[in-house]
Parts: sequence; structure tokens; C-alpha cells
Amino acid sequence: MNTDFILQAAEAVNAAILAHEPEIESLDRAIGDGDHFINMKRGCATVAAMRAELAELSPDAALQKVGMKLLSTIGGASGPLIGSFFIAMGKAGKEAETLPQIAAAFAAGVEAIKLRGKADVGEKTMLDVLIPVAQTFTRLANEGCARDELLRTIKREAEQGVLATRDMIATKGRAAFLGERAVGHIDPGAKSSQVIICAVCDLALV
Amino acid sequence: MKKFINQVDDLLAESLSGFASAHRDIVRLNLDPNYLVRAEKAQNKVALISGGGSGHEPLHSGFVGVGMLDAACPGHVFTSPTPDQMLAAAEAVECGKGVLFIVKNYAGDVMNFEMAAEMLSCEHATVITSDDVAVENSTYTTGRRGVAGTVIVEKVVGSLAETGADLATCKALGERVNRRTASMGVALTSCTVPAAGRPTFDIGADELEMGVGIHGEPGRRREALRCADDIVADLVHAILEDLKPAPGSEALLMVNGFSGTPLMELYLLYHAAEKLLKQRGINITRSLVGDYTTSLEMAGASITLCLLDDEIRRHWDAPVHTAALRWGR
Repeated sequence: MNTDFILQAAEAVNAAILAHEPEIESLDRAIGDGDHFINMKRGCATVAAMRAELAELSPDAALQKVGMKLLSTIGGASGPLIGSFFIAMGKAGKEAETLPQIAAAFAAGVEAIKLRGKADVGEKTMLDVLIPVAQTFTRLANEGCARDELLRTIKREAEQGVLATRDMIATKGRAAFLGERAVGHIDPGAKSSQVIICAVCDLALV
Repeated sequence: MKKFINQVDDLLAESLSGFASAHRDIVRLNLDPNYLVRAEKAQNKVALISGGGSGHEPLHSGFVGVGMLDAACPGHVFTSPTPDQMLAAAEAVECGKGVLFIVKNYAGDVMNFEMAAEMLSCEHATVITSDDVAVENSTYTTGRRGVAGTVIVEKVVGSLAETGADLATCKALGERVNRRTASMGVALTSCTVPAAGRPTFDIGADELEMGVGIHGEPGRRREALRCADDIVADLVHAILEDLKPAPGSEALLMVNGFSGTPLMELYLLYHAAEKLLKQRGINITRSLVGDYTTSLEMAGASITLCLLDDEIRRHWDAPVHTAALRWGR
């Protein structure tokens, strides 16, 4: 990991979230209450504006700083979840250099979301994207998969994860009560997670 | 969207500033992080802190003051406040007997208060309110939602805390009141989150949402508008099914407006609910009617029943001096 890449990723993610406004908003209006995009936008803009203070930090410290900042700016359910992700990834990512080390740090971040949200795969949440991505990332990195091939596979995994939420009945998160009424709708939190992961992969693929 | 706004992003800070100025004898406002505390810091008591998304005014800021809360943390509209707000508020009001968080049961609120609690260095505890019987699970929850019954929990525990009771005792009473309180609401129109700019849900001119949540989340079912007595009968039935009060039970009946329904109609609902509850052998000895837990401009109302006993009644009757509830002083 290097801090410069984290700064570029923050800008890429901000741009990608803004570009997907109509899609994320309409998904959220269908089975949420319409504030998911507003909260994500606020979080992304805040991180993009932290460039100067992050540039001085080591990558793991920068990730932790981002996590603390998101914790105090996003609010709602996304704030503690996404904040916990970055804090845990930063803690686990101290001196992470190799792909297996970075994959392990990412997986530690996803684990923190699972613990904080008391949720798992199959519940129609962001974890339906994040857990398969973390597993694939870890497996391919440890198998010594070529970098670009790994990134392209992660993107496909994220896209499949989003589509899988369409037919799920939500048991956690925003769509939980809707039950049958939410079937047929993609989860907005899963969608925004996929948008973010694809933006970071695309940046690394260039 | 038709609202009184300068810039959407400034709405919350301007509204909080107006609230704090209008009630400067009762509260003080801190901006960034946002929280309200009593104008005069209390001593020798458990510090009661609540908070939640904005758009439900007067909940919770309107209940800061003697006899109720020590501090309130307002989030963005319908969005939970963040741990830094709760930590700063706790630091401002804690006075040696610990902090009790009163939190409505929504995933976001619970997680943010949980993270704040993990970071607090003083003694602390949390009461989670979950009085809404409409649904077991809703848009933001794991389990029942916390709605208007939260006001009763804050009032009763607020009074107990003023007596110098310890943290465990305050928490226990809060949980007891929550168990003895049940609510259910109905919406006639949607509400519009200012930053979203359009109604949260579509509802026909002749339809109602039975069991609606205070963010416009879906309830039990969408149905055709009926006469008020029929609607009240459904709400009261659901509440009694849940509380199963013994005949002769004494209770507080609250009719809460979501802010788009006139007081005239709220009193009509109260009349219908009280009549029905009397027929079912419930002895209504206390009441509260008005807009206390609102949902932006939504038309609609909720009914809350709280089963009283000597202790709860005494604390309900005790003096309170806040922006939204005042009596006995």
C-alpha cells in the first residue's frame, strides 16, 4: 500500500459515487428511505477533501484517519460500518506491502463490518459484495495470481455480488421489514460498495 | 418540494440555532459537533443523553431540561448522529454518576451509540426503546422500532435521575417503562426529506399506511381510507394484543401527531381511543396529546399506551421544565 494510491482512490471513488447518483438513489427509494446516496456523497466528499492531511501519513495511519473521519461525518447505519472498515483495515495493514498482506488487511476491514452490523452474507446488504470480494482477493493473492487478472476477477465478483441481492429476502439492514416486497430489488448498499470496489480496481488497472 | 429553506445544507444548523435562541433560558447549543445541553449543568445525578436523526422535533432537543434529558444529539434529517457528538455531549454533562444513553431501536442509532459507549471512559449504560408494535423488523431496525413511547421513557427516567438514583436503577426503570409501553401509527401522506427533495413514498389521496414508521417506512399494510373510529380500533387492538393489560389496569394514553395533522383531529383520535380503552376495562388516568415525535410534514398520528404503576405515575407527574414539556414548577 502507498498513501499516494489511497489519495487517488479517494478521488476516484468520489467521482464514481457521483456518477452513479441516479441509480443508487432510485434503488434506495425503492427499498430504503432515500438517504443512502446523500450520506455516501457526504462521506466521499469529506475524504476527498482530506488530501493535505492524509498526504503526510503512512498508508495504515491514513486509512485509520479516514475511518475516524467517516465515523463522525456519515452517520446513520453506514457511518459506523464504513468507519469500522477503514479503522480495522488500517490497523491490520501496518507495513502491508505484498498483495496477500493487502488482501488480509481488506479482509480484516470486512470482518469489522460483519461484527459491527452482526450480519453475514445472504442478508441483502453490502456484505453480499464485500465478503465474496474479500474471499476471492485473499485466495487469488495467496495463489500468486497476476495482479491485473486478480483485479478483473474481483470486479466480476463484486458485480455478481450485487446481482445476487436482487432475489434475496432482507433479514438485516434497511430493507429488512419489506420482506417479500424487497425481492426483485438490488440492495443500494451492495450497489454502492460495488461501485467503490470497481473504481479502486479500475484505478489500479490503469 | 415546498419548504422554508435557505440552503439545504444549512437547514439543520439554522434550525438548531433558532431553537437554542428561542429557549435560551433552558438550553445551550454546541455546533460541530452538534449537541444541546441544559443551560445550567446539573450536579450529582446520572447524565441522561438521547439523540437521533432530525426531523422528529421536538424529539429529542425539546426534552432537554430539568426533569428530563441532560443532553441531546441531533443527527442529519432521519440520519443517526455520530459517536463524536455523543462523546462531546457526555463530556459536557457527566457529573460523576455516569451516563445513560436512551436510544431508539434503529440499526444506525444503536451502532453509533454503541461505538460512543465503547470509547467512553466514565461509567455508562444504555436503554433501547422499542415501543412500536406495527412490525417486528423495519427499514432500519433489528427488532421493533422506537417511536413516540420514547418520550415517556425519557420523562419517567428523567424524573428518577433527578432524585440522585444510580445508573443501574435508572436503566432498570427505563427498560421497565419500555416493556409497559406500546405504540402504533398511521400515515395519511408522505414526508419529504429536504436533501432528497421528493416524497419518501407514494400514497394515493384515498389511501393510508397502517403501522407506518416515523421516517415514512412501510408499516403493516396499505389500505383505503376509513372513518377515524375504525382506524383507531385497529391501532388500539394491535396495542392491546401486545401489552395484554389485565382488566382494571391504569394507563397513560398518548396521541402523537406526525406534524401534518391538526390538533383538532388529534383530539378526535384521543376521544375515540379513550372510549374504546374504557370499554376494554382500561383506566386512563394520564394523557398527552400533541406533536411530540414527528415525521417532518407527514399527516398522520400514532397512539401510545403506557401501563402505569405507582412509581411510573409518580415520575410522570413530577416537575419538568423543557422546551416541549413543562409542568409542576
